[in-house]
Amino acid sequence: MSKNVLEIRNLYVSYKTYEGNLRVIDDMNLEIRQGEKVGLVGETGCGKTTTMRSIMGILPKPAGRIDQGEIFFEGKDLTKLSSKEMQCVRGRDITAIFQNPTAALNPVFTIGQQLQDVIRVQVSRKTGNRVSSREAKERAIQVLKEAALPDPERLLSNYPVQLSGGMKQRVCIALAMVSNADLLIADEPGTALDVTIQDQILRLLMNSVTKRNTATLYIEHSLGVIREWMDRVYVMYAGRTVEVAESADLFKNPLHPYTIGLLAAVPKLTGGGIAQGISGRVPEYINPPGGCRFHPRCEYKMDICAKEKPPFFEVGKDHKVACYRSA
Amino acid sequence: MKEILRIDNLKKYFQTAQGTVKAVDGVTLSLAEGETLGLVGESGSGKSTVAYSVVGIYGATSGKILYRGKDISMGTVKRPKSLKKDIQIVFQDPGTSLNPRHYIHQILAMPLRVHRIVPENEITAKVKELLDLVQLPASFIYKHPLELGEGEKQSIGIARALAVNPSLIVLDEPTSALDVSMQAKVINLLLDLQKDFGFSYLFITHDLGVMRNVANRIAIMYLGKICEIAPAADFFHKPLHPYTRMLISSVPVVSEEEEQLRPVKVASRGEIPSPVNVPGGCGFHPRCPDKMDICSLEIPAMYEVHPGHYVFCHKYMTHNSK
Repeated sequence: MSKNVLEIRNLYVSYKTYEGNLRVIDDMNLEIRQGEKVGLVGETGCGKTTTMRSIMGILPKPAGRIDQGEIFFEGKDLTKLSSKEMQCVRGRDITAIFQNPTAALNPVFTIGQQLQDVIRVQVSRKTGNRVSSREAKERAIQVLKEAALPDPERLLSNYPVQLSGGMKQRVCIALAMVSNADLLIADEPGTALDVTIQDQILRLLMNSVTKRNTATLYIEHSLGVIREWMDRVYVMYAGRTVEVAESADLFKNPLHPYTIGLLAAVPKLTGGGIAQGISGRVPEYINPPGGCRFHPRCEYKMDICAKEKPPFFEVGKDHKVACYRSA
Repeated sequence: MKEILRIDNLKKYFQTAQGTVKAVDGVTLSLAEGETLGLVGESGSGKSTVAYSVVGIYGATSGKILYRGKDISMGTVKRPKSLKKDIQIVFQDPGTSLNPRHYIHQILAMPLRVHRIVPENEITAKVKELLDLVQLPASFIYKHPLELGEGEKQSIGIARALAVNPSLIVLDEPTSALDVSMQAKVINLLLDLQKDFGFSYLFITHDLGVMRNVANRIAIMYLGKICEIAPAADFFHKPLHPYTRMLISSVPVVSEEEEQLRPVKVASRGEIPSPVNVPGGCGFHPRCPDKMDICSLEIPAMYEVHPGHYVFCHKYMTHNSK
């Protein structure tokens, strides 16, 4: 087994608000091995983005706070780094692609300026050498070509508003690829795009990470995308991972009631109607239910579920479930 | 079955600084009483413009929209009130289509007052009845939209459309802002209501999985034109238009049965062109894997390949044109 690039151990994150302390991430565990593509799925408000922000050290300050737990990245605990050290890790070692490419690019600078800035900062940080502006331009053209963008020379002088959503997302992928980072975090990069464009973007992204052997954490609410592209999947509910398995295994044999409910609710191309969704909604984090946070919505609820938080039970190779039904 | 809506060669152009945008360019569709017609397309294909023209937010540039035989292609300003009552719409984003400063009671009472559905002293009772119809508790009447979840807000949007007893409801991507579990609930609600009241739905979405499960017939739009119209089952089993095949094979699926159903992978390429500068001939030809010489020259006619299954593509030239 190859070593872990990222390992999150017993993470607790909370947000301070006027209404009280929101205990969002609650005993989260996650690991990503070298070159592995890992998916993280869950409904809106499950803490997927908070997880990503905790890893990158970009929790909104001063409201967001890591209360407990460790995030190991290549052996270093990221939660203990100063903001200056963290600044160096971001971009150089860990990069990200966000959901909305329009918000991710600065509208008042050209694509060329933004790309070359990133290249000069990141490459000089990585190698220690200064990068001349000519080299930066050449490299910018090269990454744009890799991202399958037509006419890269002309594109350098374009502003983001002149590009379509799909092209902007390709530019963001190019930006994320310049530093050859060890970990890429993608937060729903296809959600804002049409299916045919999403298909192109995903193919491009997966080819680039496979070629570079970059470990990838892919945050997504669409189960179909996860099934087709990821090696392993974590299912997240209310701040905690509830099931983890290899993707083929998870979709054939889902065990946690939340995973089962979620899968049943996806409208199928084969027709046959849509199952009723899971009743209720994601809990309020001010006063979350004790024990298993899913128990108020669970149809297989037992007495123990409301009292104790279920540990992970190993049910097969690399398949773990945090549910007392599988004990 | 009786026809409730007929769209005949509808065109809607917008004048912009860059030139004329042909958002809808010759769409012909019909919808039977109690039927669900699905309208699918990528962003920029003109599907929302069709919806808005039916409701009357836009007046048509040319062409006709007939509702039970009456021409309604003018905008809402000239439409009689009874017609506005009969055709209702549910918008895509429930967060922006409900007034954040109004109570749910005010939101639902407004259409009741405007169309004098019930006398003034029965309005609260009717509002509670509407909430009950969309499976929400009566205690919601003094809540603001901000206090509700996304799915609940969309249910209020549906209740508002139901308030005036319409016959035709236009659903403009009613579930695209929702999570799968919420989406399942809202769609089941819509299907139940249709069973109970016999509504006709013009259902607009870009999600083919949703479409498969709600629509009786499906029409695909690309660059302001229809590419293919077929009954839902045929559409997925025998997709004909190259664009339809590209679309279906791009949908990420969650089970093996679905994977078998998908056509041979057509790798998607290119992007939908700007509607200001539409390519000549068939609008899809720059992205089409089966392009022929004629495609860039002539706009394809409509061919009926199987009964009820129409396609606009030169590949099917040998079939009867309509």
